[in-house]
Amino acid sequence: MTASTETLTTTQVYRVYIKATPEAIWDAITKPEWTERYGYTGLVDYDLRPGGRYQVRATEPFKAASLAMGRQLPDIIIEGEVLEADPPHRLVTTFRMLMDPTMAAEPLTRITHEIKETADGVCSLTLTHELDGAPNLAAILRGTFESQGAGGGHAWVLSDLKTLLETGRSFAN
Amino acid sequence: MTDDDLVFKALADPTRRLLLDRLFERDGRTLTDLESDVEMTRFGVMKHLRLLEDAGLVVTKKSGREKLHFLNPVPIRLIHDRWIDKFTERQVTALADLKSELENQA
Repeated sequence: MTASTETLTTTQVYRVYIKATPEAIWDAITKPEWTERYGYTGLVDYDLRPGGRYQVRATEPFKAASLAMGRQLPDIIIEGEVLEADPPHRLVTTFRMLMDPTMAAEPLTRITHEIKETADGVCSLTLTHELDGAPNLAAILRGTFESQGAGGGHAWVLSDLKTLLETGRSFAN
Repeated sequence: MTDDDLVFKALADPTRRLLLDRLFERDGRTLTDLESDVEMTRFGVMKHLRLLEDAGLVVTKKSGREKLHFLNPVPIRLIHDRWIDKFTERQVTALADLKSELENQA
């Protein structure tokens, strides 16, 4: 996928409905003991205040699996800064993927998580990723390279998160 | 209707699939923009978009005075992860079983 001059917006929007409390969903996004259990299994570290640091470290099994596919990972695979944190409803951070030099060279992108209670103990989680100038990251996050082992991107992660919160199980275990 | 039913119903129409294809090519489009791709009245396109939105396949966002439509692939991913993976896994297992059975006989 390459950036096209025709593109009106490079923003990606994902929404999933989860039978869980806003607090449970917030924790699943912001606490490493949760994030290592679904999706890419990275260990998040958020300093949840404006200007606070946001980092994701790779787990040892994830590093080993990447090495087996011929890619040595840095310890920190995602870095950014917290712009807004309003638990358990809204989290805005910048985001830069450091897993490979091409993506690391792309400009900082911006992710907004919004958690809203709908009805009957169900919440919507909306993830908006503004990806201006980051076509390589955008392609990965759309799941374009899933068959090559790059994971299914945001849709895959959110599907796994829903399964984990609703059933206690995920792809990773 | 369950969430899955809404998704299958929304996908069971060529115009709605075309609208999703258009959003896949170029995301975050207005009604006016999408309308130009389809041989249909504005009202007709609105109706289809509403069905897609109800099924969660389209998410709308306000941007100034405009309402932008985004393709949300998560409902399709959920069906993939819950159903299609399950069936393909079984087929592969069945073929693997058949192979080992035939080879053991030989």
